[in-house]
Amino acid sequence: MRRAEVISLLPSQTVEIITALYFNILRINPQNPKWEERDRFILSKGHGCAALYAALAEKGFFPTKLLNTFCKTGSILLGHPEVDKVPGIEVSTGSLGHGLSIAVGISLAAKYDNKAYRVFVLLGDGECQEGSVWEAVMAASHFKLDNLIAIVDNNGLQAIGAIDEIISLEPLSKKWESFGWTLKEVDGHNLKQLLETLANIPFKKDRPNVVIANTIKGKDISFMENKVFWHTRTLNKEEQLQAIRDLELKDN
Amino acid sequence: MRCYEQIRIDVCFHNLNVKIIGIGGGIVYNDLGTTHHAIEDIAIMRALPNMVVISPADPIETQKTTKAAVEYSGPVYIRLGRSGEPTVHQEDYEFKIGKAMTLVNGRDATIIATGSLVNDALLVAENLSKEGVSVRIIDMHTIKPIDEDAILQSAKETKGIVTLEEHSIIGGLGSAVAEVLSERTQNKVLFKRIGIRDVFCRECGSRDDLKKIYKISTLEVTESIKKLILS
Repeated sequence: MRRAEVISLLPSQTVEIITALYFNILRINPQNPKWEERDRFILSKGHGCAALYAALAEKGFFPTKLLNTFCKTGSILLGHPEVDKVPGIEVSTGSLGHGLSIAVGISLAAKYDNKAYRVFVLLGDGECQEGSVWEAVMAASHFKLDNLIAIVDNNGLQAIGAIDEIISLEPLSKKWESFGWTLKEVDGHNLKQLLETLANIPFKKDRPNVVIANTIKGKDISFMENKVFWHTRTLNKEEQLQAIRDLELKDN
Repeated sequence: MRCYEQIRIDVCFHNLNVKIIGIGGGIVYNDLGTTHHAIEDIAIMRALPNMVVISPADPIETQKTTKAAVEYSGPVYIRLGRSGEPTVHQEDYEFKIGKAMTLVNGRDATIIATGSLVNDALLVAENLSKEGVSVRIIDMHTIKPIDEDAILQSAKETKGIVTLEEHSIIGGLGSAVAEVLSERTQNKVLFKRIGIRDVFCRECGSRDDLKKIYKISTLEVTESIKKLILS
């Protein structure tokens, strides 16, 4: 799946998280993307859509050859995911801070309707600087939404620099817990840890769930690791080839 | 646009000396999709009492706008696109908030444009001049307070006006010009707004692709001018 992602020019450190969700955890049906009982996944950090597109394609929501059209004229795969354009996308995201609130609404609806589906949301750590995130965090706790699972891609960087230099989030874990969520912390690149953690939902009855996934931006790609620069840049042809070489080396 | 409530109350209602810079105005972040477009910002900022709204045409005008905004006491919204926009102005011209710049003094029709589409308007004028059509080009950098005299003079001295903006046709430059024409002219003025026609720009493509798809390209402007002159 990493190769598919690199082809789409925007490798992302959330590949393992998305893989765990789409290939193991989520109850979904690629042949019926609107199946009522499906688990919902919202990519609140919509700019990280390359990994999601790759997963949806690999799962059969749309043909994998479409990945080659990412951001090209006429493509359904824009730089941020759009509902009704791409099968399997639940919400059009890209404006940070919306996804968790929308997820709260969907989780609440599930509770009202006595439905068993879960709602998973992937947020960026930088995204947690948005006030609207914390309103959603409060509401989820108030409404006892134990069918809601937030995953925070905790890589320490945002578009214009290190998070600690812009608006520090620390202590991030204590903040979530103090709002009444049950928290687990994992290595975001360790598929085994991710699968074990996400297999047992809810972590605690009547409390929403949060996983802080510690990641490295641009993981395993020699020239990209931990570099803010790559938040707003895509790979040129040479960089693509080097990235593929780096990833294949790692897989070996 | 996300913080509109705070701009309305904490800045405009208090009439504070705060300058707000919007980047990514229009569809400059083309393939990033609707969440990264701003085609309603001029409309909503224009509606705020005490707010001055400026949309500079190029980097030179942006510098002059910035200096003028600093010297002005009160809320100002400056609408920018992205880096790399073509230069339209010479270095040494006098910029004044609320005073439009006539870049080409044509007699047959007028294009009133704002932001980086001023450059597109100039291209249209250049092409039409080869066909013997003389188009006045006005850089309406300040949408509010709008230069009413420049609008009325064009209405009087040319056959009609086309407005051009990388913004919805609702509430932006076109609407502002229409407001002046409808209240302050006696005779009907031939007039057309060119802007995004009340849709989200959901197609993927380059900025030029999107301009064509959403009908704000030089082609639409040229056709509108020709139609206007023939009517």
